[in-house]
Amino acid sequence: MSLPIFLILFLIGSFALAFVFRAGLSRILPHRHAIVARDMPLTAAFGIMVIIAYVFVALMAPVLAPFAEREVVGAQFQPWGGAHPLGTDRLGRDMLSRLIYGARNTVGIAFATTVLAFVVGAILGIWAALRGGWLDQVLSRFVDALMAIPSLIFSLLLLTIFGTSVLTLILVIAAVDATRVYRISRSVAQGIVVMDYIEAARLRGEGTWYLIRREILPNALAPLVAEFGLRFCFVFLTISSLSFLGLGIKPPMADWGSMVRDNATLITFGDITPLLPAGAIALLTVAVNFVVDWQLHRASGLKE
Amino acid sequence: MHAVLIMIAQRLALGALTLIVVSIVIFSATELLPGDLASAILGQSATPETLAALRAQLGLNDPAPVRYWAWLTGALQGDFGVSLATRRPIADMIEQRLGNTLFLALYAAALAVPLALVLGILAALWRNSIFDRVANAGALSAISFPEFFIAYILVLWLAQTGYFPSMVRLTPVTSFPDKLYMSFLPALTLTLVVTAHMMRMTRAAIINLMAQPYIEMARLKGASPLRIVLRHALPNALAPIINVIALNLAYLITGVVVVEVVFVYPGLGQLMVDSVAKRDIAVVQAIALIFASAYVLLNLTADVLSTLTNPRLMKRG
Repeated sequence: MSLPIFLILFLIGSFALAFVFRAGLSRILPHRHAIVARDMPLTAAFGIMVIIAYVFVALMAPVLAPFAEREVVGAQFQPWGGAHPLGTDRLGRDMLSRLIYGARNTVGIAFATTVLAFVVGAILGIWAALRGGWLDQVLSRFVDALMAIPSLIFSLLLLTIFGTSVLTLILVIAAVDATRVYRISRSVAQGIVVMDYIEAARLRGEGTWYLIRREILPNALAPLVAEFGLRFCFVFLTISSLSFLGLGIKPPMADWGSMVRDNATLITFGDITPLLPAGAIALLTVAVNFVVDWQLHRASGLKE
Repeated sequence: MHAVLIMIAQRLALGALTLIVVSIVIFSATELLPGDLASAILGQSATPETLAALRAQLGLNDPAPVRYWAWLTGALQGDFGVSLATRRPIADMIEQRLGNTLFLALYAAALAVPLALVLGILAALWRNSIFDRVANAGALSAISFPEFFIAYILVLWLAQTGYFPSMVRLTPVTSFPDKLYMSFLPALTLTLVVTAHMMRMTRAAIINLMAQPYIEMARLKGASPLRIVLRHALPNALAPIINVIALNLAYLITGVVVVEVVFVYPGLGQLMVDSVAKRDIAVVQAIALIFASAYVLLNLTADVLSTLTNPRLMKRG
């Protein structure tokens, strides 16, 4: 089957699925949410559907996978079919099982990194906006200096120094991305700290932590949630790229980026197996982007 | 005219300051090394005598500001010191590759910028049409794809059929048309990645302006939609569009790293990845400095250019 035909079939199929999913969702959900579900564009329905599927696969990996993550179960580079629906990899491990475990490892590590970047970046950003003065100046100029270096280049520099392991990978990427989160949350919070209710809370004698947690965060949630989605995509793509380059998550751990790297030689023989992990990465980022796009559109529409 | 010169001088000074800060950040990276450079090079084989000898040789006994100054002035004259892994001068390793990487980035830019502008203007012109929706969804997808995914699809599609080579072997004697032909797939990959973003921003910038009263006026006096977009909206949208173009050219700098590895393209990105794996901090620092400077300079150029297209921005201070 040639590539264009496959693509068209894939698009039609996924839109049909999304349509059914949206119809089902607006049937099941209680009325207030059902309206939202009914009015969402097909792309967003598709996105939500894919995200749910990924979370399901990641959580249920040991049940769904026919073989263990690191077990050598056959000859190298077996073709598709038989006991191994997607063949075997460079060392004779089951491709399908590794793809399924990859959902857990790759997505899990990217998610943990994003959460870490967000906790650090958002708290520092809001704190800087709240306190202002020299603290704000020092933090902001420091972040400006770090942001003047392209993020992948800076990550590579840090990985050279601290070495490449999963832990340093998470810490380095989280640190680099926290600067971006800081920038956004500071500017969002700056619009909020001038409000009267913040003044009122300050006069009541509330502490900084209370102000961040109870007064600012709830009001900054909508833009921050959208930013979380976008940031997750960036982190996910960065980690996958680094793993692809051999500098991120390393074998034997099943990871989509390094699986592409490991099996890339198959491409030259016209075998599409290495595209599967790459496609799995692409599909999830597209899905998250579709949902974020819809959310941003909704947020801007409601404001007008 | 005078105000313009002052503005440019101000931006240049700010750019120079940014470059100095960036170089300090990159230099301080070695200060974060557990132990120091000498023990990093010698590793397990270090004895107190060899360590002391190497420290003296590398000038590690000087205080950090002195070493920074030596490193920076050396780099400005094209002397980046020697590689820790191969002990060859870094300048020799970089020289050829820098040209190759610049060639690839310019090639991709030459394809991507006109394509993105045309697609963006058309999408704005036919807003909410099928074309607009397909272009938008396509662009959003292309932004979300990892570079290696696009690269391997192109390899499977265009290199398997034998139209283009999937590996790039450049020698100093390769002729220019051959170079264009051999680097077509990496350039196309980069083009697809950056076009999407530029197109979306161009469309957004023009659509933003279409709600302005003077566009309404142009429409009422009977100007054609194409003329409205090209003559009335585009000149005013130039500032944001220039910014987006610069941002994406800067993005090419990072995109180049992955694409070079996929196509075995002999450029700086590949050298950087190899050096990170070998933990050759001297080479990584040199390349990081080059990439970061290019990034800062591009942003600076965009800032100056977009201010020039829109005199109102000068008042911004």
